[in-house]
Parts: sequence; C-alpha cells; structure tokens
Amino acid sequence: MRLCVSTLAALAVALPLSAQGTARPSVPDSTRKSATYVAGALSIPNADPFPSTYKARPARNTVIRNVTILTGTGARIDNGSVLLSGGKVMSVGASVNAPPDAEVIDGAGKWLTPGLVDTHSHLGVYPAPGVDANSDGNEATNPNTSQVWAEHSVWPQDPQFPRALAGGLTTMQVLPGSANLFGGRSVVLKNVPGRSVQEMKFPGAKNGLKMACGENPKRVYASRGPSTRMGNVAGYRAAWIAADAYRRRWDKWLADRAGDPPGRDLQLETMAEVLRGNIFVQNHCYRADEMMQMIDIAKEFGYQIRSFHHGVEAYKIADVLAKEGISASIWSDWGGFKMEALDGVRGNLALVHAAGARAIVHSDDATGTQRLNQDAAKGVAAGAALGIQIPPEVAITWITSNPAWAMGLEDKIGALAPGKNADVVLWTGNPFSVYSKADKVWIDGALMFDRGDPRGWWKTDFELGFVPVVMGGSR
Amino acid sequence: MRRSLLRALVALACVARFADAQVVAITGGTVYPVKGPKIENGTVIISAGKITAVGAGLAAPAGATVIDARGKWVTPGLINANTNLGLVEVGAVAETRDNGVRSANGVSAFFQPWEGLNASSTNIPQARNDGLTTVVTVPTGGMVSGQAAVIDLSGDTPEALVRKAPAAMVANFGHTSARGDLFGKMRELLNDARVYATRRAQYELGNTRSMAASKADLEALQPVLAGTMPLVIDADRRSDIEAALRIAKEYKLKLILSGAAEAWMVADQIAAAKVPVLTGGILNIPRSFATLGQRGDNLALLRKAGVNVIIISDSYASGDGFNAGNVRYEAGNAVSAGLGWDDALRALTQAPAEAYGVGAQVGALAAGMDGNVVVWSGDPFEFSTRAEAVLIKGRRVEGMSRRNELEKRYRTLPPAGYAKP
Repeated sequence: MRLCVSTLAALAVALPLSAQGTARPSVPDSTRKSATYVAGALSIPNADPFPSTYKARPARNTVIRNVTILTGTGARIDNGSVLLSGGKVMSVGASVNAPPDAEVIDGAGKWLTPGLVDTHSHLGVYPAPGVDANSDGNEATNPNTSQVWAEHSVWPQDPQFPRALAGGLTTMQVLPGSANLFGGRSVVLKNVPGRSVQEMKFPGAKNGLKMACGENPKRVYASRGPSTRMGNVAGYRAAWIAADAYRRRWDKWLADRAGDPPGRDLQLETMAEVLRGNIFVQNHCYRADEMMQMIDIAKEFGYQIRSFHHGVEAYKIADVLAKEGISASIWSDWGGFKMEALDGVRGNLALVHAAGARAIVHSDDATGTQRLNQDAAKGVAAGAALGIQIPPEVAITWITSNPAWAMGLEDKIGALAPGKNADVVLWTGNPFSVYSKADKVWIDGALMFDRGDPRGWWKTDFELGFVPVVMGGSR
Repeated sequence: MRRSLLRALVALACVARFADAQVVAITGGTVYPVKGPKIENGTVIISAGKITAVGAGLAAPAGATVIDARGKWVTPGLINANTNLGLVEVGAVAETRDNGVRSANGVSAFFQPWEGLNASSTNIPQARNDGLTTVVTVPTGGMVSGQAAVIDLSGDTPEALVRKAPAAMVANFGHTSARGDLFGKMRELLNDARVYATRRAQYELGNTRSMAASKADLEALQPVLAGTMPLVIDADRRSDIEAALRIAKEYKLKLILSGAAEAWMVADQIAAAKVPVLTGGILNIPRSFATLGQRGDNLALLRKAGVNVIIISDSYASGDGFNAGNVRYEAGNAVSAGLGWDDALRALTQAPAEAYGVGAQVGALAAGMDGNVVVWSGDPFEFSTRAEAVLIKGRRVEGMSRRNELEKRYRTLPPAGYAKP
C-alpha cells in the first residue's frame, strides 16, 4: 500500500497548485518524506469560500523587561527582555534595543510566555449558556459528516471566548464533536472579538478533520451501525476508499482540464484534502490498541494523523507515537468516566514527553481552556512523582509550541522568537503556580487583555444586560 | 528510585496496620490546626487513633512512631463535601452507579445510598494519596435526591467507612418545571410530612388523604422538619437561593446551600441566616440561565460578607470521585481570587465538618479529635505539593492506587512481558 504515498507525491508535483497563487514551501514532516505538503494550498476549485477577514489590532512597540522568560522553545531567560514590534516578536534576550517610542513594561517578579494554544476547543460551537438552540457541535446524523465545517457553528458572541483570553489563551482549534467516525472540519481561531467567525479565523491556518474512535460513534449509531469497534474500522476504510477514488478523479481533471469537471462532493472533498496533505487529521481516540489501529489505517491510505486527542492511554504507546511523529493532545488527570477512559493516569503527559513524543495539554472544556497552565502544572507534579523532572521552560512547550505544531502553525506561533507573531502573555508570577494569573495578553502585538483595566475587558453581546459581572469577576 | 519509594510506602502502610495502639508523633512541621493560629516547629501526637496533644516543640513520647515533618506543612485531613466517591465507579457504566434513584414524583427522601458504598472503589486509594481523609457522599437527581453520608476513606466495608449517616437530606432546585411549581411541590411535600407525623396510626389504617410522597419518604423527612438534619439545597439563580432561604425560614429548616452561583448577590442575607454555602473556586462561565452571575470570586465575596463557606469541586468533572482530591486546587484558585488562605483551609476542614455534624471529631487538630492528619511537602493548594503522609485515625493510609500501578507498569516501554515494536 505504501505505493499510495509515492503516487500522491507524483500527483502533488503534477497539480497546478501554484496557479492558485497560494502555494508555499512544504512543511517538513519526518513521517512522510515522500509526500509534498503544500501548506494552505488550494487544490480544489473554490477551496477557500469563507476566507479569513481577521485584522490585527493596532500594535505599539512594546518592551517587557526584567522578566522571567519561557521562550516556548525550551529555553528560560531570567531577567530578560522582549521587544514586540509591528505585530511580531523582534528580539528576545538578556536585553533588547528599545525604540524610543516603545512602551516599556517592567516585568519584575513576573513571567513572560508565548500565548497559550489549545488543540481541542468547542468554544463557539458549544457556547454558554448551554441551550439546545445553540448546541451546534455534533452533526450526529450520519457516521461520516466530513462535509460539515465547525466554523459554520461558531457563535462569535460566546462569553467563553473572553474568559479564555483572560487565562492567556490566544489561539484555539475549534472541533466538531466526537459522535461520528468523521465529525467534520475543525477551524483555527484567534481569540479576538469578531462580528463573524471569519474575523476570528487564523489567516493561512489549515483546517483539521475530526475523526473519532471507540465508544462514542458506536453508541450514537448503535441502531443503524456502526455498533461495534470493528464496524467503526470498516466505516473508516470504506470512506477512505471512496475518498481516494474521488481524489484521483479530481486530480486527473485538474491536471488535464479535459471535459467537464467531476461533480463536487463536499464530504469527499474534505477527505481528499486530507489525502493531499492539506488538512490534518485530529483523531479523538482513548485506548492504546485503537490508536495503533488508526495508525495502520492512516498508513493504508497515506494520510497523516497529526494528533491523537484525549489519548488517555497514550503513555502505553508513547514510544510508537514518538516514532510515528504523532502528538498527544491529552488531559492532566481526567479519566475513569467511561470504559475507554478507565486507564487515565496523571503521569500521561510526563510519560509521553519522556518517551520523546510531543505532549500537549488540551482542554475539551471551557473551564479547562482558561487554565491550560494549571493542567500542565499538574502534569509536571505527576512527572516528579515518577522521577521525571520537567522544568517550567519545558512544561510551557506543552501549551505553546507543541499545540502550535499540531495545527501546522509552528512557524507562526507558540514561541517567543524573532519573526513569530507577537502572541504573548505576561503572568503575575510563575505560570505553574495556582496563585498566578495572566496579567496582560497580546495578540499580534496588540494588548487584548489587561487585568488592571477591567473597563477595557472584552464583553460579548450576550453578556450585555444578561451577565451582571465582567468575565465572571469584579469590575 | 520510584519503585523503592513505593515499596517503602507500602511497607509503611503495612506497619501502620498493626500499630493501632501505638503512639504517633508528627514532629517539627509547620502545623495548621485550623482551630487557632499556625504553630512553627509543631508536634501532633496521636494515641490510639485520637489526637492527644498539639503544640510547639513537644517531644515525641518514648516508643512513639515519629514522622519527621521538618520543612513540611501539617494540616487536618481534607474534606471534600460533595462527591460520589464510592457510589460511582465508572460514570458511563450504569451498573457501577449507585448515587441516584429515579422516582415519578421526583422525591427519594428515603434513599440512603451508603448501604451500597463500594469500599473497594479504585478511587478511594487515590483520594487518600491526595490528602483527603473524609468525604461527604451525595445522592443526585430529582427534587429530593436522598440522604448524604460523611465517610472516612479507610475501611473494608460500608459500615467501617461511614462516620455519620445520615448526615443531611439533599434537594435540588434545578429547573425541571416552572419555578413556582417546584417550590409549591416542595412545600406540599413538607406539609404532608408534617401531617403524616401527627397521623401515623390513621395513615396505617388508610384513613388519611393521599400524600405527596411514600411513607418511607415522609418518615425520612421528619428529622429535616425537626431541624436536626440539615437540608442541602442545590440552587444557583439568585431567586432560587432566595426561595430556598424563604422555605427554610417558613419550616425552620437547617439549610445548607450548594452550587449557589449567584449567592454573592445575596451574601448578606445568607450570612444573616447563618446558612453555610458549598461552592467551588473556579467556575466563572454563565453556563445556564440560572448561572448568569457565576463568578470566580464568589467564595471571596461570600466570606467577606461573613458567610460560612465550604469549598467543593464543581468544575471539570464536578464532584467526580476519580479526582475528588482536586478540591485543593479549587481552594488555591479561590485564594487567587481573593479568599484568605486560612479561610480556604477552614473551608476544606472545619467548616464542612461542623456543617455535617462531625466538627467535634474531625476538621481540626486538637486534643480529643480523631487523628486524621496530612503531612504536605508544601502549601497544600499548590500543584507541586504532595501529600507525603496521610493518617486516618492515626494510621498511615497512603499507598499504591490503580493509577500508580498502571504508571509503574508503563514507566519503561514496552512493559515487561510485551514485545518490542
């Protein structure tokens, strides 16, 4: 079957990608050297029908000095300085050259990190208040709904967005739920106010495809099938077979432009984009044995699983995840609530990390997404109990650069390094202390949250008149 | 290294099992007795399961088992006053759920879940390792869910676990029908329970009108009406809280509020009524129309108004026995949001003990109280802190949990006996 990969590579070369005007250098990927990934490429007609209209807010040159910096790339700089300029991180080090017009913030006693990133959010699609009318996260009408896009369910006025911002969250992947084998496309959002979801969409970010293993699909479709795990696997494979045939038809037409184009099918179009490497698979999967099967399915059809989500048993196959280059988006301590979550352990993050795989703290929860730093701290403590010492400069990668990688955004966010987007959090202290809070949060260099200025806090439309306090706290 | 540590812990636990009559002295730590100020270089002496002395620099009695707590923090065992620990093992597996009764009229006052406690729950050893020594197990569902019990996390049978049962009646003002209808039904139930108590003989002969609940329910409500058993009402919206306060006043009930998202709006009223409030320190989302006023500093505001607050886990897995020990992080977050540290510790120890009628036995470190004590590596509300020694009635109880066993098995990959990939 590995044939499939080389066929893909040949096709990728043949495709008139540059004609779309957005082709970019491929993203290196250790596990699929023969395929050419074209980030954000549009290899189907009208592939970006809901383009991002995000606009960075006005940003002034800002220097944060005398601060403890966790760069997100594994380094720690004590008494360091950072210069943000033009929406980018300009320099990071023991000292920086501050432009004369720069606002200088003394960070004495405070810590500075990249903006936090959550690979698994349902903000907007399961908004607050949680009423049926706005419950738009699971299109639980068919085991394969690859045709649906989470962004079409996002309610930008969800009051959970500003609360997450106050916790330092600057970027999130909003996913469909896990009722289906194929739940639909995810969307990466910047955590900013928007009148439309397009105003929140991260420019150039790929969609993901949500897939789900195990109990949820077989429970939801018990009466019509799949009703077993073997039924789940047959469902994935049948769908990929159809998707690959669709991709070949379209790729041939795109190469030849001979005759009428094939008919479009939104479901197969999403899956074909996965096969072309333009959409990452984000795979909800709890059990180690099921993750191993999903890895084989990915190999059979030549696609890449970028992250296993929930992965409460990731620690059992952490060596395999490391070898396959698949990240683990996991909780610090959830488990026990259903059979496939039974073996959740608190050492999961540390054990995955120690085996050399990418560990990611994800939330799947509107409260947890406000406190990714606290969940990382729990993971660090569990590691210490197992004799695995994880310093803060490493733990921060679980909630910054590693999740950025899982969305293919590692070149833009998740690190305080020259040229990266100036998504930055200034913490009142060590972010892994229960007593620390985000003090200031910048997105693309613009100050989007300032704890000291409650009157400036983002308040969603819904909250006007209905919610008597700003962001659940005092003015 | 980890393995030898675990072995040592297991060995200690085994030793402790045969050391009931022995004297234990925890020496040199910073002791937080809760009743009274902290004691530097404090000693806690436990004999035959009871605390016999707490003070600065007390020498360990001859022959005592000494726990060196220098550089450590010593507190009463923590209490999670709202869990399903021992009643629910795997939430999604119905046959492991013993915390709720489905009844047509929404009334299950008779329900005493503790007889169905699972003393072998895999979550109990983990909760002990996390520094919990006592929990309140709480039924759920319906308007009147049943009765709560105070249990210690040590014992092989439900009888051995139970410290006090029943400890409270549990009711719920969640929106199941129009609010006025729900409050009316609550009053009708209480009225009928009163009537029933005066006409038991006629009731047995079938000479009374029909009642709003079964005989067992009406009987179970008698201590609530007598004001000897607290009634916990879960209510979030301000008007629901006010209704609970009103009904409690009308019937002279001993009320405890739970959930209480908008309690801060009526903090003075709650303080004046001397009603304890169980709530968490994390939630801040208007997740329903009943919790539009949910805020992260609810505990701080209530305490400031003089309310007797009790910290529970109502975020994340909400009272889930799997992570019952996470209640200490709710406390840390509450402190971060403005609650005093001492108040937070009290809200996890003495306050719940007193509210549930066991304040003379647990929840503080003082002579005469049970030897439920935790030695922490540092501030118990911090993530980096571990419970290093956990004692229930003077016995060490920490040891391997199921989760620890799994971690041990998979510490090196592949585990022993499995093939390399």
